[in-house]
Amino acid sequence: MERFYRLRQASPGEARRARTTERAYAEFDDEVFRNLYYRSLADGTQSVEFYLEGVHCAACVWLVEKLPQVRPGVIESRLDMRRAIVEVRWDPRAVKLSQIAAMLDSLGYPPHPAKDVKTRQIRREENHRFLIRVGVAATCAGNVMILSFALYGGAGTEEQYSRLFRGASMLFGMVSLVWPGSLFFRGAWAALRTKTAHLDLPIAIGLAAGGIAGTVNAILGRGEIYFDSLSTLVLLLLVGRWLQRRQQFWANDALELLFSLTPTSARRLENGTVVEVPIEAVQPGDLVEVRAGDSIPADGNVLEGESSIDRALLTGESRPTGVAPGSTVNAGTVNLSARLLVQVDAVGEATRVGRLMRLVEQHSRNRPPIVQFADRVAGRFVRVVLAVASISFFYWLWFNPTQAIDNAVSLLIVTCPCGLGLATPLAVTIALGRAARRHILVKGGEVLEALNRQGVILLDKTGTLTAGRIAVVSWSGDEGVRPLVSALERHSAHTIAQALADGQSQIADSELPVSDVVQTMGGGIAGTVAGQRLLVGSPQFVRQQGCRIPPAIEAAERETIAVTATPVVVAVDGCVVAVAGLGDPLRPDTADSLDCLRKLGWKIRILSGDHPEVVAAIGRQLGIEGADALGGVSPEAKLAAVRAAAIGGPVVMVGDGVNDAAALSAASVGIAVHGGAEASLAAAHVYLDRPGLAPILELMHAARSTMGAIRRCFAVSIGYNLLAGTLAVMGIIRPLTAALLMPLSSFTVFALAYAVRTFGDGKR
Amino acid sequence: MSVIYILLPLASLLAAGGVAAFIWAVRRGQFDDLDTPAVRILHDDEDEDHPGTP
Repeated sequence: MERFYRLRQASPGEARRARTTERAYAEFDDEVFRNLYYRSLADGTQSVEFYLEGVHCAACVWLVEKLPQVRPGVIESRLDMRRAIVEVRWDPRAVKLSQIAAMLDSLGYPPHPAKDVKTRQIRREENHRFLIRVGVAATCAGNVMILSFALYGGAGTEEQYSRLFRGASMLFGMVSLVWPGSLFFRGAWAALRTKTAHLDLPIAIGLAAGGIAGTVNAILGRGEIYFDSLSTLVLLLLVGRWLQRRQQFWANDALELLFSLTPTSARRLENGTVVEVPIEAVQPGDLVEVRAGDSIPADGNVLEGESSIDRALLTGESRPTGVAPGSTVNAGTVNLSARLLVQVDAVGEATRVGRLMRLVEQHSRNRPPIVQFADRVAGRFVRVVLAVASISFFYWLWFNPTQAIDNAVSLLIVTCPCGLGLATPLAVTIALGRAARRHILVKGGEVLEALNRQGVILLDKTGTLTAGRIAVVSWSGDEGVRPLVSALERHSAHTIAQALADGQSQIADSELPVSDVVQTMGGGIAGTVAGQRLLVGSPQFVRQQGCRIPPAIEAAERETIAVTATPVVVAVDGCVVAVAGLGDPLRPDTADSLDCLRKLGWKIRILSGDHPEVVAAIGRQLGIEGADALGGVSPEAKLAAVRAAAIGGPVVMVGDGVNDAAALSAASVGIAVHGGAEASLAAAHVYLDRPGLAPILELMHAARSTMGAIRRCFAVSIGYNLLAGTLAVMGIIRPLTAALLMPLSSFTVFALAYAVRTFGDGKR
Repeated sequence: MSVIYILLPLASLLAAGGVAAFIWAVRRGQFDDLDTPAVRILHDDEDEDHPGTP
């Protein structure tokens, strides 16, 4: 282990304490799990992909890849550090997967079966194809460049060699146009067919004009061949697009791997004993045990046990709801306080979550398209260039017919928008890369485009504006009893009790002697703390116990109810001395973040599934009044609200729950916040892997500076094109000048795109 | 100078060979993970002299 720490010190990143869960992973050996995740190899071994928690440095790679040495039977384990995926290959006769998983867990890397292996495979193959195109384009460009050097350097003076070199250039140039370059022709064709503007169109026109003119000239042995410029152009454009694609693939991978963190096992009751099985193995009619703190694996009815469940992710309700035998529970909710026995009546697609996910799928396809700035410019660009080219052609036809075609063609080539084509992918790639480093995962570049405009921003309340858990939000009366209350409440597992206990973390109350604790379900808790008889509970319960409530406390109680917090009163020796308000507190940065968003010109509305009064109260605190703070909104109504708002301009939806998923996917930009449900992650276009709303602001600023950078790149690039175009129309452009001008404009764009301070990097 | 008639096709063939090798490497997944191999080189195999001490 000594080497582990040596490596760990040598690699950057803060040291974190290893986290182990000590689970048994019995479900990994189950038949259903085996069919879902195992891959059998030809030599009788099996392999599986795990997503590991806690991978962060070079030493992790060493430790994880040492697995075959510490666990006989494991043949190979290879870790992809960036994605935190390990591929384990093992001999099923020598070791069970559950043992391997437990070993990884004990090393501090709790494993989760990697979901969506297929999608990642498809993406990887697409990346391979793209990379091959880049490689071919680079080879062609390099070889044409060498031949061009020879031609410009004087090899062209001898007729026979000149023909040979020009022929070879044509060969490489044509390969470049036909293979890697076909991407642009296909893009242009698609744009023509759908009658939309696309940047591929002017690029394809330039490439086609150059290719045809170059071939004709190479065969006839006169005039200019343009293959040096063309193949460089294809290469640069492809590199730009490949970089952007790679960045997006990576963000998508990272996001989908987060899904793997969702629980994969359920505790099923089989003949009276509890067996851990994969969630996929649970069938309607099964009995499952759900312990406190576990999420409920399927829709069903409670058979045994009383508890409270947190439905915030499913419905947006901030207060836990009590369940008893006979109550219905849904998959995706969390059991909070006590063990439940649930009879399953729907699994997978048939659950409420499954039905909502189908809604997401239906609506993610007809999202309002965001027309990219580059494409809008391209539309105008094509018209101007074609118009100027034909004017030039007819002008020269009049005065000097031999020059007419040559000049028109050279105009089309020198104005081919290479810089334009590079600007967007480069700036977007850089922005997305920098965002990912700040724990903001963005699935696509068009998000930046949409965020740069102004429109409506719809916010979910629970878990987005607020912390999404119960806490003490107000306290009136005697502050001195708080440590006593906290000490007493530590003896209860109820959520309200935990909130009251947590409120007092600074004071050492654990040493206070507590005795005679009596809990009343749905009422409160009584006990003797440090010699004083304490009674904590709902006002009704405390009154029933015959406690006197002074008028000042009664007023405070009414006030608490008025701000929609749940009042809990504290009585000491039969007299009420304080009232606490419990609710879902606002996140500390919410108000500031909303102010900044308003200053940026966004209209803010709340769209919540929680009770309307609670939403109205939160809205008042944030200055969002009336119809702008809507409560009691169903997932379907959220979707409708987003679609209605989308008519007026870009809509940003921010949410965390399953109930937000459909709305997130239908919005121009759907942003899922930290801690959100898997469904919201899948539907959203942006995921904030950091709590709070501040990352949204950062992203908006980043969008602004990125779009600024794109505009600057466009200005420079069009400036180059104007200059080259003017020279071409006048017929005085030299081939060498053109060959130099084009890459020069591309490199200026490269430099400009990299120089932008996307997140104000370097300023702070 | 006429040697160029041989050299040029030869050079093109070499380039094609390079492209073929590149395609093979890409398909084998050599460029899929660009971060971990850089780290893997830090792990030398001195441990193999002391079996059983991970």
